[in-house]
Amino acid sequence: MTMSDIQNHTRDYSLVGESTRRAVETGLASAQWYHSEVPRKVMKELMQRRDGPAIRDTIIWLGLLVASGAGGVYFWGSWTCVPFFFVYGVLYGSACDSRWHECGHGTAFRTRWMNDVVYQIASFMVFRNPVSWRWSHARHHTDTVIVGRDPEIAFMRPPNLFVGILHYIGLLDVVASFKVMARNAFGILTPSEKSYIPESEWPKAIFAARIHMAIYLAAAIASLLMWSILPLMLIGLPRFYGCWHMFLTGLLQHGGLAEDVIDHRLNSRTVYMNPISRWIYWNMNYHVEHHMFPMVPYHALPRLHELIKDDLPEPNPSMWHAYVEMVKVLLRQRRDPEYYLRRTLPATARPYREEFHADDAVPAASSIA
Amino acid sequence: MPWISACEADEIDAEDVMRFDHDGHTYALYRSPDDKYYATDGLCTHEQVHLCDGLVMDNIIECPKHNGRFDYTTGAPKGAPVCVALKTYNVKVEAGMVMIEIA
Repeated sequence: MTMSDIQNHTRDYSLVGESTRRAVETGLASAQWYHSEVPRKVMKELMQRRDGPAIRDTIIWLGLLVASGAGGVYFWGSWTCVPFFFVYGVLYGSACDSRWHECGHGTAFRTRWMNDVVYQIASFMVFRNPVSWRWSHARHHTDTVIVGRDPEIAFMRPPNLFVGILHYIGLLDVVASFKVMARNAFGILTPSEKSYIPESEWPKAIFAARIHMAIYLAAAIASLLMWSILPLMLIGLPRFYGCWHMFLTGLLQHGGLAEDVIDHRLNSRTVYMNPISRWIYWNMNYHVEHHMFPMVPYHALPRLHELIKDDLPEPNPSMWHAYVEMVKVLLRQRRDPEYYLRRTLPATARPYREEFHADDAVPAASSIA
Repeated sequence: MPWISACEADEIDAEDVMRFDHDGHTYALYRSPDDKYYATDGLCTHEQVHLCDGLVMDNIIECPKHNGRFDYTTGAPKGAPVCVALKTYNVKVEAGMVMIEIA
């Protein structure tokens, strides 16, 4: 494929452009998605909310955050502070994402206010407007990896791998988020934001941005007054030096898989992970399951996985395996943006829902690498 | 307004929801934890998702797609991303049958 061909295949990922119009016209937007069969009584049990697991995990999370932060401050000025800030950074800059996500869905706790409190704290840590992103994520679930509709597509084709690598130190992500937050704080929402945030919520989004920016400004002023970077090491900078685990796990969710389909088995990835990563990530490694049944709390996803795994592609056995698989596809997509990984279903599974992609004549990888 | 027989009362578990279609319209029928019955439109006002696949907790129905919440006894929206209320319908139980008043 020539550069000219690639440019011709470059898609419009904006939420108010040609791809948006096409997605709406063809019925890709707000479509009926495939889901595996789970008896209602079983699903009702899986959906049940409990406070216990999330209270336990939140106490551990905040407890470790305070302890590691205190250690970092105590040993500040010596190399001994490094392991403390390593732990603090991951708990702040990575674990915040899964807490933000699960509490945004309202599934972490049974008690609503607990979800709301942790959601606000985690939104601040992850540098996301708590109002805008609630709506953004709702759209991500309505139109998962539908070009022109999904505001949360990580790898736009052809993928820029240099940008992908920069994600691991939060460089582009935080700078972009800072610009958005600052713009929101000045009372400005873009046409894209207005496309998924109801007008009644716009003042709330602006107010939340002003609160976040005020806290970051206070931390920056404290750093100036103390003439030390330490306050920012505790507030703000962990989003740079500690976000690597968020992207290590998060980029696997949909990377290298199909666009513009209505079957989460084609555009989402389930990966078996070690228990520490699963705790930090709150079981979002069961990502096909989460997208099919977003009502199921994180602590019930392993049980859901056992119930429906015969209807899903075989999970990647490790993060390493998943990365090898994904990077191979991303490298090829640089030359051939239409290429994607189409994973083989087990004989026990129902066929892929083909309505929007049966006539896709572009070759795809046919099984797990 | 006509009263329509929707289902037998014990077809809906306590603290659960069931779908009922009639004349091209879809409804959601609820049985509360204290054994009272309610009915609303069957589709979420946010993205037209069937509420019958959602979760009933006390007097709340949570949409299965985006976790938007409604008070099914009044139809009032109770949590993002829903902003628009659900239409509610009168319900009564007669001779073991749940009856819904179609507006």
